[in-house]
Amino acid sequence: MTSARDEILRRVRSALDGVSPAVAVPPAPRAPDRGDLVALFVERVEDYRAEVTRCTPAELDGLVAEVLNGAQAVVPPGLGLDVAGSVVDHGLTSIELDGIDAVVTRAAVGIAETGTIVLDHQPDQGRRVISLVPDLHVCIVDSSQVVADVPDAIALLDPARPLTWISGPSATSDIELDRVEGVHGPRTLHVVVVA
Amino acid sequence: MRVALQVTCVNDAMFPDTGKAVVRLLRRLGVDVDFPRAQTCCGQPMVNTGYLDEAVPVVRTFVDAFAGYDAIVTPSGSCAGSARHQHSIVAERSGDAVLQAAVAETGPRTYELSEFLVDVLGVTDVGAYFPHRVTYHPTCHSLRMLGVGDRPQRLLEAVRGLTLVDLPHATECCGFGGTFALKNADTSVAMGADKARHVRDTGAEVLVAGDNSCLMHIGGMLSRQRAGVRVMHLAEILASTEETEGESDGPVVGERAGDLA
Amino acid sequence: MSGTFVGMPAFPTAARAALGNTQLRRNLAHATHTIRDKRAQVVGEVEEWEALRLAGAGVKEAALRDLATHLETLEESLIRAGAVVHWARDAEEACEIVAQVAKSHQVDEVVKVKSMATLEIGLNDHLEREGIAAWETDLAELIVQLGDDLPSHILVPAIHRNRAEIREIFRTRMAASGRPAPDDLSDDPAALAGAAREHMREKFLRAKVAVSGANFAVADTGTLVVVESEGNGRMCLTLPEVLISVVGIEKVVATWSDLDPMLRLLPRSSTGERMNPYTSTWSGVHPGDGPQEVHVVLLDNGRTRALADDVGRQALRCIRCSACLNVCPVYERTGGHAYGSVYPGPIGAILNPLLKGVSDEQTASLPYASSLCGACFEVCPVRIDIPSVLVDQRAAVVDSHRDDRRPKAEAVAMKAAAWAFSDSRRLAWAERASGLAGRVMSRFSRTTLPGGRAAAGRLPGPAAGWTGARDLPAPPEESFRAWWDRTDGGQFGEGR
Ligand code: SF4
Repeated sequence: MTSARDEILRRVRSALDGVSPAVAVPPAPRAPDRGDLVALFVERVEDYRAEVTRCTPAELDGLVAEVLNGAQAVVPPGLGLDVAGSVVDHGLTSIELDGIDAVVTRAAVGIAETGTIVLDHQPDQGRRVISLVPDLHVCIVDSSQVVADVPDAIALLDPARPLTWISGPSATSDIELDRVEGVHGPRTLHVVVVA
Repeated sequence: MRVALQVTCVNDAMFPDTGKAVVRLLRRLGVDVDFPRAQTCCGQPMVNTGYLDEAVPVVRTFVDAFAGYDAIVTPSGSCAGSARHQHSIVAERSGDAVLQAAVAETGPRTYELSEFLVDVLGVTDVGAYFPHRVTYHPTCHSLRMLGVGDRPQRLLEAVRGLTLVDLPHATECCGFGGTFALKNADTSVAMGADKARHVRDTGAEVLVAGDNSCLMHIGGMLSRQRAGVRVMHLAEILASTEETEGESDGPVVGERAGDLA
Repeated sequence: MSGTFVGMPAFPTAARAALGNTQLRRNLAHATHTIRDKRAQVVGEVEEWEALRLAGAGVKEAALRDLATHLETLEESLIRAGAVVHWARDAEEACEIVAQVAKSHQVDEVVKVKSMATLEIGLNDHLEREGIAAWETDLAELIVQLGDDLPSHILVPAIHRNRAEIREIFRTRMAASGRPAPDDLSDDPAALAGAAREHMREKFLRAKVAVSGANFAVADTGTLVVVESEGNGRMCLTLPEVLISVVGIEKVVATWSDLDPMLRLLPRSSTGERMNPYTSTWSGVHPGDGPQEVHVVLLDNGRTRALADDVGRQALRCIRCSACLNVCPVYERTGGHAYGSVYPGPIGAILNPLLKGVSDEQTASLPYASSLCGACFEVCPVRIDIPSVLVDQRAAVVDSHRDDRRPKAEAVAMKAAAWAFSDSRRLAWAERASGLAGRVMSRFSRTTLPGGRAAAGRLPGPAAGWTGARDLPAPPEESFRAWWDRTDGGQFGEGR
């Protein structure tokens, strides 16, 4: 008996018998020059009804505390920032995380055109689950991490790592195709842009 | 330039006034238009219903009838689209290399009326006079298959006396769709009902389009509703002048009662 | 659990019923117009949209044309990354694989991310028969599942429901499968989304096994991609210990960088956003992060049938954005259920016959469920020429009946028309007959079109389909051809 694998591959080959595999794939166009990328990034993130604050490296500690406003936060082990009263994630269970209000992470890349932050879950961002279960996500992006558009991000990112692309808070268009924020993921996304 | 009129089977059998209007209009613009007698139909009814084998002799008749003309002008976006985009499918199916070559060479010579006027003759003011409130429905095939763009509007805007009003949701299909109008009559009518409503909302006296088959559908609904809006092919409006306008109490449409008495 | 499409009538019959549902008509018109406008706006923002579409179509077409190579590469990359790869020839085989993996972990429930492939194979019903509950976690899927309903849209399976209906479903049905809806639940979409959040959370936190699909599978890196909005996808892809992804073989793209045009095209075409809230990518098992047992089921189920069709192959480029549904004038009025498949709308009208063939009457009716207006092709981000494939599938339907002992009336009529249209003398003869009929109609008809032309009102027999709602102009007494002959092209006699 042939295996499903061999059978499917055989069907594919016979379906394409005589079909030339050569297809000229036109390159995807580049985005036009948008000028100040950080400004565009901030504007586009705000369009998703996420909150955005800009600050200097010296202001960061204070600003994060202000945004958390007393809420308890989980932080990844490599955050590199002192967050008062926070819990460092060393393998918290989902149930434990469900009892924590907020999470503070850094990011790998910010995409200006689409207002997206991408996490590649290095030690300064932590496991995927910690930026998912708590209801408030404070994400620190360095202005040097902001790129123009999707292709720039793809070129920088390593597919061997798990990636989470985040564009605004959790949302749905499932009711009458109208967007409402706040379903399963964090209902509030606060992006801090450091420059 | 040798110019042939492809009147289309629908116009030939059901709307001869449109064909006459094209002849009158082109002559007025100095074009000596010919009507090749061997022509019948572009084959679209068969192709769009899936009868490709049946379409082969029809397409063959088409290319034979129009061989040797520099331009083939047709008052139908849909039939021009058929010649330019569908005949190759039929020819491929026939396996006849001669037909394939003929089709490839005939398609590009085929023009929808507004394309011929604007692109080939280079006119937008055709010297027409039509003192009525008119709205224009861009039919799907002229809009999306051919891409005639705003050529019909430019032609209409240049008509003296004519008031052109925008049709809301103009680019939405009217629901005709050839045999779709019969095979899925309920859906076709539901689409037509919305189109008719948008037409009525404009307060126009006349709905104009470049395809009589779509107009037959929308006009049939407007008539049933006693909406007081008539439908006219673009060619008939462009052919109207002060002279013809004076002869009747309204736009000329269809076979009028006294025409042949 | 949800219902089934099995036994659905052919499209015209199903459409007639749907067209009479006033609330459905209103819900659909509202939703499709909302999303159309949003899409048009964000697509209009991208100056190079057409070039992007060409790139997207190219990426998918190239992957399809060398599919065997890419599938082997994908398998290799996945295994290297720690995933277990399975192959499924058909729905039954795929369902069985998922059930076996779930059973090997002794679970009686799985959580699911919205996935067209698992809907297509009827996975939930299969698992239910095996004693495993499959919880849909996407909001719209939850609405469908709780309401014992069927999906009617690719992106928003509950598009046919409005907020008041959703509130009612949540109030009456949530309690039976977990945390009930709050007593004071309003029909405010934010409140409804909140109720879904509360209801699902406990299921996410306890689930051991998750089932997903994938929007893309990158061959050279073994990366799967899930594009979503709510975060239910992230929950399923991250929290459970075991993840099973059912992936149609047409989801493959060759390289990581091929994701570029796709991730720019999909959100703008789909939800009308510059980017969807969440996109997750993972490559096999990531130690210490997320599921530590990862299965990928590569599914054929008719895809190789479609692949063999030279005209229809392009339908496999589809990225399920549903833009074609949202602009379709037929879909807008009939809704998705009339198509009798999890793939409704223009793409469903070609994909179903391509995957399944046209031997059953219901599937054979789908290619005709279109006026060929071309709006679908205009918006499709991967440039699938849906109207051309529709026509080709119509030809497949006609060809499947060529050997019938008793041909259909339509076939007889088309043959007669082809005969008349093959020779202008025959056509002239037919026109004289129709002119005679027109003369009779003009004499006896009391209906006239605006402008004065005689017309027929309601007629019996085959003309009833037309004249039920549309007056039919009487044929003119003289055809254009006859006029041209009589007047020598308008030079003599009555010239106008
Ligand atoms: S056919 Fe094109 S428009 Fe329709 S769902 Fe697929 S990708 Fe989107």
